[in-house]
Amino acid sequence: MLEIKNLHARIAESGTEIIRGLNLKVAAGEVAAIMGPNGSGKSTLSYVLAGRDGYEVTEGDILYNGESILDLEPSERAAKGIFLAFQYPVEIPGVATMQFLKVAINEQRKARGEEELKTPDFIRLVRERAAELKIEPEMLKRALNVGFSGGEKKRAEILQMKLLEPNLCVLDETDSGLDIDALKIVADGVNALRAPDRAIIVITHYQRLLEHIVPDTVHVLYQGQVIKSGDKSLASELEAHGYADIIEAAA
Amino acid sequence: MPAVQETIDQVRQIDVDQYKYGFETIIETDKAPKGLSEDIIRFISAKKQEPEWMLEWRLAAYRRWLTMEEPSWARVDYPQIDFQDLYYYSAPKTAAGPKTLDEVDPELLATYEKLGIPLREQEMLAGVQQSKIAVDAVFDSVSVVTTFKEELKKAGVIFMSISEALREHPELVRKYIGSVVPTSDNFYATLNSAVFTDGSFVYVPKGVRCPMELSTYFRINDQNTGQFERTLIICEEGAYVSYLEGCTAPQRDENQLHAAVVELVALDDAEIKYSTVQNWYPGDKEGKGGIYNFVTKRGDCRGRNSKISWTQVETGSAITWKYPSCILRGDNSRGEFYSIAVSNGHQQIDSGTKMLHLGKNTSSRIISKGISAGQSNNTYRGQVSAHRKAANARNFTQCDSLLIGDRCGAHTVPYIEAKNASAQFEHEATTSKISDDQLFYCLARGIPEEEAIALIVNGFVKDVIQQLPMEFAVEAQKLIGISLEGSVG
Repeated sequence: MLEIKNLHARIAESGTEIIRGLNLKVAAGEVAAIMGPNGSGKSTLSYVLAGRDGYEVTEGDILYNGESILDLEPSERAAKGIFLAFQYPVEIPGVATMQFLKVAINEQRKARGEEELKTPDFIRLVRERAAELKIEPEMLKRALNVGFSGGEKKRAEILQMKLLEPNLCVLDETDSGLDIDALKIVADGVNALRAPDRAIIVITHYQRLLEHIVPDTVHVLYQGQVIKSGDKSLASELEAHGYADIIEAAA
Repeated sequence: MPAVQETIDQVRQIDVDQYKYGFETIIETDKAPKGLSEDIIRFISAKKQEPEWMLEWRLAAYRRWLTMEEPSWARVDYPQIDFQDLYYYSAPKTAAGPKTLDEVDPELLATYEKLGIPLREQEMLAGVQQSKIAVDAVFDSVSVVTTFKEELKKAGVIFMSISEALREHPELVRKYIGSVVPTSDNFYATLNSAVFTDGSFVYVPKGVRCPMELSTYFRINDQNTGQFERTLIICEEGAYVSYLEGCTAPQRDENQLHAAVVELVALDDAEIKYSTVQNWYPGDKEGKGGIYNFVTKRGDCRGRNSKISWTQVETGSAITWKYPSCILRGDNSRGEFYSIAVSNGHQQIDSGTKMLHLGKNTSSRIISKGISAGQSNNTYRGQVSAHRKAANARNFTQCDSLLIGDRCGAHTVPYIEAKNASAQFEHEATTSKISDDQLFYCLARGIPEEEAIALIVNGFVKDVIQQLPMEFAVEAQKLIGISLEGSVG
């Protein structure tokens, strides 16, 4: 589903290279964890995947279902089924969560040449999905992420993911700022999205989240490269011994 | 929700820098010679068949104006206006005065149709969900038609052009005109008093709730023509009216002057709600052309428990200079000002309000949302004052500015003065930018850039949009979307 080939990317403004020859393959149906110490390029990778302005790809390619996505706008990538769950979801004052969801869903449908969702169908769909995440209907009337608690913000992200039904989900440090109950709700939400035609990339600093979302593969990111890949036991190994051994072995 | 969708559709339909109402109506006009003099004022007054006192009033204002200087304190910049190079009277030849619809020049009807202003009553009624709105259509210097007059008359409401009112109800006009904005008020108001050509007159008698929304639609068509309209609205004891004003003008390379005066009078327990959607031609992307909108609007809460509420959506004009204000004279009276001012391209806006607390237990509320894009400048200027006797005056002011891009400016200039120790004034101001984070967040959800901006901006102005009558709220949201078209990138 996703193939990253010898990717080099830098911050456009400063020219600092963050991703330095990264290779990664994630197959449909797979849950891949990307772990790494601070500053290893985890968040940059998620931004480059989503196509954020201000990051330049200087070499290599990102193939999604066999096609390069480097020339696509972020919104086009989203319409093609790439979803990024934010580490710090952004507040949009005055825009009710419900309204935002509707615009997002219908813009994606429009971009794909599909009919817009009718309002009653849309409301029914949102209510169902929200209930699964224990989101109160009241929260959907509030402006998106404005005054939401850390847990509410993350649940709102997962709700969007459920509603938009992407093929490739990228979760950027979704566990940060969550207490254990919220973590479980979020993990259950992600687990429910596991499907043979969907790939999920979980970017995380700690192993904690991976006790709840058990990955098929684990990749260690360091200085903008994947320096080691393995199965879920690699995550436990990291938890026990830290990154130092692996970094040393790779050097 | 649907409004946002409509904004998006509308934005998509329109090319960058395309002012939708920029067309010109080719129609024969009856003009006064260029320039300003006592003779021109006599000419205007005679054309309107005004009573003698009105002419004297105009001439007194003119003589006063000759001694005045153009104000320069606003944060706007424009070349000197040559007041002798303007036409002060221009009327479509076929519309010597307001008539029935059948007599109105079809060319004019077609113009208003193109502008989306329904003048044919039966057509308006045919609209499925549209509520009834009476319209007074002012074209350059004259009112061409006023709809639903008969039906309003049954309710006792007088709604007609001010020229007509001067002939049919001179005593009412004489009693109130200039009582809120005196002829000596300021440079442009004084000029307006001398040369005003038309405008609307509304009188709602005691205890009557006006059965429909009233609206005036101003159109400047002719070249080098100043539009000076005068609107006077009076609500007697316990009466209520909701009034809306809309404006457009053709796209021209020269600047055009619009200097209006609006006076509102609310007596005991009366309420006036005045909404404006101002969409004058803003000039092209190089900043050439556009309307100079120098307007004096003031409401007098003359009676106890009276209330005046101004809501404005300002998207057009090259320069806007306007401060709809409330004089809170009656005890327990209340003034409100809700404003959205959008500037793009080279537009300059210096707008705000004045809340003058004179009576006891008076309260006021100001919510101002300024949005600047392109290379525009947007200033909020507001005055809140409590007179010595204004015990327990209350004001709440909130000014929020939103910047799009890095070449525009937002400024907030509040003047606050309390001469009574029991006054409580609160002022909050924020300035923010549409952040890259917000934009990227929307994009990553599949919302394209223009739509994302429209969504964020509509969220920003939501508090004010909610104050507009339903039909106009939708219109206003569309307009804001269009005004910001091409503001990014």
